[in-house]
Amino acid sequence: MQDRPTTLELLAAVRDFVTRDVVPTLDARRQFHARVAANVLAIVERELRDGDAQLREEWTRLRTLCAVAADRDGGPHDVDDDVPPADPATLRAAVVALNADLAARIRAGDADHGSFRAAVLHHLRATTDDKLRIANPGYLEEASR
Amino acid sequence: MTAAELSERLASYLTRATGGAVAIAGLRQLPGGASRETWAFEATLAGEPQPRRLVLRRDPGPTSVDSDRAHEFQILRAARASGVPVPEVYWLGDDPEALGARFFIMEYVAGETLARRLLRDAEYQHARGVMTAQLGAILARIHALDTTVQGLDFLAAPRAGRGAAQTEVERYEQLYRGLAPEPHPVIELALRWLETHLPAPGRETLVHGDFRIGNVLFDADGVRAILDWELAHRGDPLEDLGWMCVKAWRFGGPLPVGGVGERDELFAAYEQAGGGAVDPAAVHFWELFGNMKWAVICIAQARTFLDGGVASLELASLGRRTAEVEHELMRLID
Repeated sequence: MQDRPTTLELLAAVRDFVTRDVVPTLDARRQFHARVAANVLAIVERELRDGDAQLREEWTRLRTLCAVAADRDGGPHDVDDDVPPADPATLRAAVVALNADLAARIRAGDADHGSFRAAVLHHLRATTDDKLRIANPGYLEEASR
Repeated sequence: MTAAELSERLASYLTRATGGAVAIAGLRQLPGGASRETWAFEATLAGEPQPRRLVLRRDPGPTSVDSDRAHEFQILRAARASGVPVPEVYWLGDDPEALGARFFIMEYVAGETLARRLLRDAEYQHARGVMTAQLGAILARIHALDTTVQGLDFLAAPRAGRGAAQTEVERYEQLYRGLAPEPHPVIELALRWLETHLPAPGRETLVHGDFRIGNVLFDADGVRAILDWELAHRGDPLEDLGWMCVKAWRFGGPLPVGGVGERDELFAAYEQAGGGAVDPAAVHFWELFGNMKWAVICIAQARTFLDGGVASLELASLGRRTAEVEHELMRLID
């Protein structure tokens, strides 16, 4: 086990250094880029903290949606005791594959109306909210007002 | 290339272009500009007592979105001839050897482009009040420009039998399918919505293609110049009105038109300046289209970074701004 500070604590320290010590010494153009850099660090911090949990929830929602779609198609859908892959890279690849499947269904017009459309809209609203909780929580707060 | 090197190469280019010795001073890069570089400098030309304040626009390297310096140069010249406020263009550098990338040189127009200044600084209180009407009137003038008379035949036009809206949707759908490293169900949903809500074909005019706060140079009195014509094409004039209302261009401001104005005010000024009747439902289509287009541009910019073409943190971070645009698309889709 590595000693403290943790990854998150180290990243926060670098971000503080960029914001407090580096930005004031730069010209306008580099200040802009240094602020972009500090913002990227903040995204990484939030993703390290919440990214895995979000990805598992997105996987679960997508599996449920696929079950609804498969049910409608009359295909098999025994996903009740499914659990998301434990390995992060496998989980990410699984979510990419499920998103590709959903994208194809939308493109084919499956989500044009009815209860599947409602379920897709609900899932995508939850997903875009989660993405913003990491990419830009301030934007989400503003938009929910 | 360092600034000193660029300054030296610029001096020798202008010396060749004008046929007399040219001295360059104060070359500095202006902030912003993810898809190209903008530099300000002073040039003293042979026989002129005062230095001229000029701007250099240069490609930073290969980009994913079409941007042709020569075309932008010609469009700026045509726009100026038609009374649209734009900087006067002087020299076109078609040979990428001269400055390391293609470029052109134009007049420096004093003013501000930063949205947060427009939205917050006391200095621009009057500008905030008059800008929406000014922008509507300028758009009417842009859309009245006769592209055949002005020699702008190179502009992309709606495909035969397709109509402007379908052509534009297909253009960005194709870009999205070619570039997105991962599937985006929200963009699929938006594309599907757009394909099933195409407005009836109307007028076909010059479209600026990137008419928004950030590309508008302003001072205390309002608009001074319209910049960044690299996405200009022929199409539905309402596309520009819809793009002007896209949430990203409000920069956190409360009102739908660039954070500073209401849609009705923009439409009324446009109609009053001879722009033709505005159908708010068609503008809504183009606002949704604009959000899809901006999402695809964010993905394209991030892709440029991912492919190693341009090592820019700004381009990289645009990949994560896609989330904001997807959220807005989910708000607009019913």
